Amino acid sequence: MPEFTSAEYTAILLSLKVSIVATLLSLPFGFSAAYVMTYRKFRGKFVLDLIVNLPLTLPPVVIGYILLVVLGQNGVIGKQILQPLGIKLIFTWKAAVIATAVVGFPLLVRSIRIGMETIDQGLVQASRTLGAGWFDTVMTVILPLSLRGVIAGSALMFARGLGEFGATIIVAGNIPGVTQTIPLAIYEYASSPDGDRMALALCVVSVVISVVVLLFHEYLSRRMIRVD
Amino acid sequence: MELRVAATKKFCSFDLNVDFTVSQDRIGIFGPSGSGKSTLVNLIAGLQQPDDGIIRLNNETLFDRNIDTPPDRRRIGIIFQHPHLFPHLNVKNNLLFGFKRCTPENRRIDFDSLVEVLQIAPLLERGVNNLSGGEKQRVAIGRAVLSNPRLLLMDEPLSALDDTLRFQIIHHLKTVCATFSIPYLFISHSMLEMRLMADEVLAMADGRVVDQTTPENLARSRMGVSPVGYINLLRLANPRRSDGLYAYRWGTGELLISAGNDQPETLFELSSKDIILFKQHPEAISARNLFRCTVAGTFASANRVGIELACGKDRLVAEVVKQAADELGIVAGSELYAAIKASAFRRIG
Repeated sequence: MPEFTSAEYTAILLSLKVSIVATLLSLPFGFSAAYVMTYRKFRGKFVLDLIVNLPLTLPPVVIGYILLVVLGQNGVIGKQILQPLGIKLIFTWKAAVIATAVVGFPLLVRSIRIGMETIDQGLVQASRTLGAGWFDTVMTVILPLSLRGVIAGSALMFARGLGEFGATIIVAGNIPGVTQTIPLAIYEYASSPDGDRMALALCVVSVVISVVVLLFHEYLSRRMIRVD
Repeated sequence: MELRVAATKKFCSFDLNVDFTVSQDRIGIFGPSGSGKSTLVNLIAGLQQPDDGIIRLNNETLFDRNIDTPPDRRRIGIIFQHPHLFPHLNVKNNLLFGFKRCTPENRRIDFDSLVEVLQIAPLLERGVNNLSGGEKQRVAIGRAVLSNPRLLLMDEPLSALDDTLRFQIIHHLKTVCATFSIPYLFISHSMLEMRLMADEVLAMADGRVVDQTTPENLARSRMGVSPVGYINLLRLANPRRSDGLYAYRWGTGELLISAGNDQPETLFELSSKDIILFKQHPEAISARNLFRCTVAGTFASANRVGIELACGKDRLVAEVVKQAADELGIVAGSELYAAIKASAFRRIG
């Protein structure tokens, strides 16, 4: 096993940081989207479904490029909102968070939705007739009963975030110590003549992190099966 | 309690169009599957919106063209066919779910009293997944009652239970509602349950209310079309054993029943089809119960004639086809002999 330098440690920590922040930021939005798509009837539901799931089928590079166009200095959001506020996103770790969030969002929403769809509608109706308003019902019935879906979706999104490459490299670049995550570092080592060992070592790190995430997910899921 | 409902609701293959007012506290809604009973429950509870109409409870409008009170503000509890207990909460927290959301001024039902009436104290700390069917339904009743509803809707709460549990739960429902003075709408397709639970019945068919009457009148009018005829309910007490049978005081003599037990009081059902009538005393008969009675009245139902038999202070309804009634010359005041097999009585509670 080769010795990691501070650049590799930074890449590992940055990968973890980007994935964690992207997952945590996406959770309230993902839960809300899943709730709306599961429980609400409205016109244009199909369009929302399409938009939410689009990143799943679009090439990540395309997503990265769209983000670059929208958030860049001449983009709609970049020019109208971010620049006046003095916020610079492109080629920072925050851009990597946004790219990771967009790419992983459909996985999060799908898992939560599956969790919500398994909830007996009678429980929701019972809650309403027992005096709980819709938000109360969401927080005290739907959220606890879809928690497995939330955890599964978060784990999936986190793992997907660790592997995010295409969108990140376009929107955040590949700047060692600043925006270089594990996949970007592996790409760089794999492209250089003497980088094989380091690329492999980072692959091993990726596998270890993924296994830990899956075990943690399994542990939480088992704990949630209530034993009387 | 006064409930006024005049509402329409269209579905792809079914229309609900109801218009009724009820003012008693024990109302039954009777009808076959698909007659719109559960839709009506959902409209009253606010779980579905009518296309048009009004719903008013105790002079408060819950729904009209401008008002649609959400279900959580209607204070109308539901006991569903399935208990729908929250699986992530234990029994105690299930019971308290509605209670905690009830404003203090509306909390008139005491938690401990209810637990005592429903006999669920040993279950309080248990998870709901390990309760029996009857225990779950008792907890569901308690949960709905503790939300201190102005009106309780019971949407076929007994249909998922076997007979033994069914009559236990009927006992609990009646006791709880009487103890805490809760008006209710009891929905069922069982005539027997209607007669045990309701003072007034709305009969529904094809999304319409087709009759508003007493359970007794409804049972009599349906005698001729019901496969079980008219069900006589007999609450008999203080049995004594007699050659492997149980003898209960009834009418001017005793009834011999094979399904009796040693309980001080038992409820039996007896179908009007299981009573055979004789104009004169038969010479010999295998049925263990033969008694002389007077015809108190008759009524027609489809091609049958219902005959109300008076024996002392007690009454039974028997049924015969019209030709038999004519042949025997049955009119009010006639004297008849009625024979009933000891095995014709079914114990129900």
